[in-house]
Amino acid sequence: MRPDLDIIQKWIEPGSRVLDLGCGDGALLAYLRDRKQIHGIGLEIDNQKINGCLDKGISVIQQDLNKGLQNFESQSFDTVLLTQTLQAVHFPDKLVDEMLRIGKNCIVTFPNFGNWKSRAYLAFKGRMPVSDFMPYEWFDTPNIHFCTVKDFDEFCRSRDIDVITRTVVDIKHRDSWIIRAFPNLLSEIAIYHFSRKPAKSEAA
Amino acid sequence: MPDVLPENSVGLVTPQLYHFDEPLPLRSGKELKAYDLMVETYGELNAERSNAILICHALSGDHHAAGYHSMDDRKPGWWDVAIGPGKPIDTNHFFVVCLNNLGGCAGSTGPASMNPDTGTWYGPDFPVVTVRDWVNSQARLADRLGIDKWAAVIGGSLGGMQVMRWSISYPERVRHAIMMAVAPKLSAQNIAFNEVARQSITADPDFHAGRYREHNTLPKRGVMLARMVGHITYLSDSAMREKFGKASEQLKQASLNLGRDLRAGKLSFGFDVDFQVESYLHYQGERFSETFDANTYLLMTKALDYFDPSVDYDGDLSKAFANSDCRFMLVSFSTDWRFPPERTREIVTALLKAGKQVSYLDIEADQGHDAFLLPVPRYMQALTTYLDRVKLEISSHAA
Repeated sequence: MRPDLDIIQKWIEPGSRVLDLGCGDGALLAYLRDRKQIHGIGLEIDNQKINGCLDKGISVIQQDLNKGLQNFESQSFDTVLLTQTLQAVHFPDKLVDEMLRIGKNCIVTFPNFGNWKSRAYLAFKGRMPVSDFMPYEWFDTPNIHFCTVKDFDEFCRSRDIDVITRTVVDIKHRDSWIIRAFPNLLSEIAIYHFSRKPAKSEAA
Repeated sequence: MPDVLPENSVGLVTPQLYHFDEPLPLRSGKELKAYDLMVETYGELNAERSNAILICHALSGDHHAAGYHSMDDRKPGWWDVAIGPGKPIDTNHFFVVCLNNLGGCAGSTGPASMNPDTGTWYGPDFPVVTVRDWVNSQARLADRLGIDKWAAVIGGSLGGMQVMRWSISYPERVRHAIMMAVAPKLSAQNIAFNEVARQSITADPDFHAGRYREHNTLPKRGVMLARMVGHITYLSDSAMREKFGKASEQLKQASLNLGRDLRAGKLSFGFDVDFQVESYLHYQGERFSETFDANTYLLMTKALDYFDPSVDYDGDLSKAFANSDCRFMLVSFSTDWRFPPERTREIVTALLKAGKQVSYLDIEADQGHDAFLLPVPRYMQALTTYLDRVKLEISSHAA
């Protein structure tokens, strides 16, 4: 199990309804089904990954996240997941809005572009960062909307998104006091658990 | 005509006729007092009776889904590519049942059968049957075979509509509902094509208001025209270009290939067949008209037109699925313009709204609506993977 997924699974309620956007081969949904008896649906675009889902008995819908999620009812899932995909969609803001509409709470993980390694790569080499973790060249990368932990914090603040938990880890998904102290500089992966802020009382 | 049967074939099969005496009430308000169903089965029913799969046929299909009736058969059953030992619907593990639906013309009671009340053919007096009526008759067949719950019910097009109806009418009797190239109901365009087909048949002077057998004739011309129109809707533009554009080397470039191959190499400057596509449609239509009953064709197109499971639920299909207890798997094909992917997605959306477990695959395929009958690799792979999982489920239930 990918370590970020291990962190996420702790936030999933047993028996809940989970929608996994970009579910890959269904490993997380299968894990959650076996350990937490969730009712899961995955969305995936890649044929071979879809076959991986079918092989695990995971319900999977072939659908392009960039074409919207109109086929899902509002508040029809307990948790909507988006792991390591936010940076690859055309309109991350619209997708997060849709996640908040469909799910009572949402979990997003993304690579933190504010990490010191990315900064140093760009600063000293003067080229777009390429690493084992993000091995793409600028012209062929699926990752078209990189952001930093600070960017996403600001994004949540400006949109009345209530961040329930923010976990920042390094590439081995180790969590340490030093990363927590300097999340934007040291973390490589950011994991956010959030929901829509309850509407403010009209009486005031 | 195979000299030897392929190893992954179910081999030589013999259909069986089942007689039912209990009257079957029909959606129209009429009833069938007694009827026969022509049935083929492949593989063995296990001791727990948990490995049975029902295959539902489409408009022109019948009970002969796989294998050969004799060594002289030109072709195997209509879905032989998917049914057999080691094939996606693996007869080493599953007991597969396929029947000719009521109103059909391949052995089950239909317009070409004798009406016991009159002593002559039913002809136009055979009641209009609907998908719901078929599924009720299939449920009785399941009772007869001792099958309480199907491991899966599978069908494409009109067959997929029967699968949908099973999941709604008999939620406790279906584990997996698998439908391909299907729509929740027909569109005006779909109905329009069906009406042209029906008019072709009823306008044939040999039709005699459906009593052609009494007149010792068959409305072959009408059935041929109906089939030609239908056949066009089963193929995609790209499939036709490919099929009828082989003559010229320069046309290898797909965008230039319009599929305009000539039959005799030159234009006739008359009104006879000039192009390959014309002669193909004639041939297909003629062959079909020799074996398929005109009244059955009329009935099948009506069953398509009338299908709409949302009709009992204020037009809300998701409510129709409220009690469904199976897992769903739907497949659409990119070039299918009869039931395009959007139409299949309507069903997926209704199932999601109803909170059901549903998988959906949007398969890239050039062959149009017909793709559901063909061995499109990605489609066969998904069917295999899905049903392998069903096998596991069955064996863990048995343990």
